Amino acid sequence: MLNYTLRRLLMVLPTLLILVIFAFYLMRLAPGGPFTSERPLPPAVMANVLERYGMDEPLHVQLWTYVRNIVCCFDFGPSFSQKDRTVNDVIAQGFPVTLTYGFWSAVFVLVLGIPLGIIAALRHNGFWDYTMTGLAIFSQIFPNFVLAPLLVLLFTLSWGLLPGGGWNGGQWQYVVMPAIALGTSYMASVARLTRGSMLEVLNSPYIRTARAKGLPERTIILRHALKPALLPTLTYMGPVFVYMITGSVFVDVFFSTGGIGQDFINGAYSRDYSVLLGLAILYAVLTFALTLMVDLLYAWIDPKVRAGLA
Amino acid sequence: MHSRSFIAAALATTFLTMPALAADVPAGVTLAEEQTFTYRTLDEFSSLDPQVVEDVDGSNIVRDLFEGLYNQDADGNLVPGVALSHEASADNLIYTFTLRDNAVWSDGAPVTAGDFVYAWQRAVDPELASPYAWYMELMSIENGAAIVAGEMEPSELGVSAPDDRTLVVNLSKPLPYFTKMVTHATTFPAPRWVIEEHGAEWTRPENMVSNGAFVLEAHVPKERSVRVRNENYWDNENTVLETVTTLVIGDDAQGLTRWRAGEVDMTDIPAGQYPALAEEFPDEAFALPRLCNYYFNFNLASGPEAFQDVRVRQALALAIDREVIVDRVLQGGQFPAFTFTPAATADFEVPEVEMASMTQAERDAKARELLAEAGYGEGGEPLSFNYLYNTNEAHQQVAIVATQMWKQKLGIDVTLENQEWKVFLETRGAQNYDMARGAWCGDYNEASTFLDLLTTESGYNDAKFSNARVDELMTEAKSSSDPQPLYTEVEQIVAAEMPVIPIYHYSTNVMLSDAIQGWPMNNVEQNWYSKDLYRVAD
Repeated sequence: MLNYTLRRLLMVLPTLLILVIFAFYLMRLAPGGPFTSERPLPPAVMANVLERYGMDEPLHVQLWTYVRNIVCCFDFGPSFSQKDRTVNDVIAQGFPVTLTYGFWSAVFVLVLGIPLGIIAALRHNGFWDYTMTGLAIFSQIFPNFVLAPLLVLLFTLSWGLLPGGGWNGGQWQYVVMPAIALGTSYMASVARLTRGSMLEVLNSPYIRTARAKGLPERTIILRHALKPALLPTLTYMGPVFVYMITGSVFVDVFFSTGGIGQDFINGAYSRDYSVLLGLAILYAVLTFALTLMVDLLYAWIDPKVRAGLA
Repeated sequence: MHSRSFIAAALATTFLTMPALAADVPAGVTLAEEQTFTYRTLDEFSSLDPQVVEDVDGSNIVRDLFEGLYNQDADGNLVPGVALSHEASADNLIYTFTLRDNAVWSDGAPVTAGDFVYAWQRAVDPELASPYAWYMELMSIENGAAIVAGEMEPSELGVSAPDDRTLVVNLSKPLPYFTKMVTHATTFPAPRWVIEEHGAEWTRPENMVSNGAFVLEAHVPKERSVRVRNENYWDNENTVLETVTTLVIGDDAQGLTRWRAGEVDMTDIPAGQYPALAEEFPDEAFALPRLCNYYFNFNLASGPEAFQDVRVRQALALAIDREVIVDRVLQGGQFPAFTFTPAATADFEVPEVEMASMTQAERDAKARELLAEAGYGEGGEPLSFNYLYNTNEAHQQVAIVATQMWKQKLGIDVTLENQEWKVFLETRGAQNYDMARGAWCGDYNEASTFLDLLTTESGYNDAKFSNARVDELMTEAKSSSDPQPLYTEVEQIVAAEMPVIPIYHYSTNVMLSDAIQGWPMNNVEQNWYSKDLYRVAD
């Protein structure tokens, strides 16, 4: 298991390097640059600005400097659009915000989605099953850009219960709507996924055996059926959590949370190469970390997988 | 005039009239207990460093945090800031500013002429590499351009401080509107000791020292920045607001929602919603004239052959019904434009141009006539071209309406093409277009900020229009004491040659809570100072 983890970790570095090289060159293929503006800068001013940001060097030299600064000093360079700040500042400020409501959103997804799925499976083809399935489909057809304005309309404008946006240091009132807007459609998927796999497990021979032994239904569900039934959900949640954080662009902009989604959008529009590259690396590292975590959890839950890894 | 008295007159010190210096609260008004003002901006600002900041939102904050030589009043006129008065030499090449002796930094240090010298040298220093270094060149400060180009040392800039209260500026040409340019953030003083201690991090709330009516209390990037009253400001007793908060809200509709919820006092109105909101909130929806124009560029360098014929350009300009675009499409209090420079520009008289005095029916008839003469349109050679604009709903609507008018009236086929902003800038700047959208907002309140764009050398002359007489007139205007006749002639040449088609002059549409008073509605640059605002009780 340790061996396996180490092997996986070793693969991270070359993959990251390839990602950096690709992203670095791809971004520069887009017309325009960070200093393209409505009034073109006079050549002398432009020359000074380019020199200040090291952009007067050939591309491969810039790339080398970039990688070297990260390796030696964990320095991701200055932001081109927020001139008083570095990429490290930008991420250090924005990432905790996105992570915070991303975390609460994931909690919302699991705490609501899993029980809903289990209940539906247990009451297969009954009232609860249909209600749950209806609810799941309903929330899946509500993408966050429809749900978010709806939430604001109700909770802010009609009832005056929650602030319409902002972050304010992450007080709970400011976290609720972003977390719900971000999580709802995933919650529906988790509920459906859990229902499906629970049904499958409940129909498998070893559960029949457990029933035949006369075990109480409660023990059957909690001790024997739940763990394997959660496997597909777990596989699903790893990448989805990354996707929730990276895919939070709309929620960040709409609720003005100050999270990194806004930087992605603004970085793309303003050609803020260093911020975009920094975020790409962050997202890649996150994806690695979470998929690895899911794989290890998998091994912990499923003895068959554990045996395969050893 | 007798030469001696002429010099005496020319040397006369200009004392600015002393108006209400700060918030001008009328008698009988009950102020709110909580003196706060919260407003929304679209984006995070570019910087809070006065010499580096380049965006409007950032400049609005910097104007609260720092005070330059002069400020603007509610009508955009100059009023004393750190400087009380100035003297210009007879040839208008040397300006001597007298600074007030009671201006201090927020750390208690006096604001001296040396702080301005440091700041101005800093602005042109290649080491700082400010994207706004060109502003100093535009001000014609001696050696500015050479320093930016790295040919001279920043210390050689034409600005000096013989003593703490006197700032002397040497210009390379007698710019008539020089003093108007010192209300811009680039020219604000900078605290050398703070910048040297903290480097690039000097604008953090915990490090920043400033000399304006407010100081920076907190800054959460992309979410909010908070400034509070500066107790050390020389006119602090006349400041009414205690706290000013800027919230970044990246979505126009959401800005409006939060204005409705009372979370912000001010926000921009989303495109097209002004008429409805003005009806719903007659006292809180505003359309304010703004120093910006909107026009179509002909590509005269590499565009369609037909564009070389002035009759074609005239015909296209005539056939656009600007009233329809302004009143039916945009509906935000914009002004139909027949000249390049907005009428709201200070000391600018809109020249008479023929097209403005015609009815639309007359214009249409003349358009058909001119186009036929040129051999295009119905009965002639078919004309078709591309119109390029940056992706935006309002630009798209204008494009659709204008091209429909050409189609119906002149039988011209225009293909619409939109591009993302930076791609658009590259394409247009490289003249890879037939006709393209153009717009400009004045850097200072004087007609040359617009008309300079039509000179051969201008970096923003995307039409690649070149007219020797225009170049000559604009050079002359830089040192003329009465440039209006020169501007009139330039506008008339532009109206005759039509290298660009003026469509309309902008207005700003905002929702402003009626609790906030003192807003400079008549300042066409929309340069506002929080020290002039106050909140009234409900």
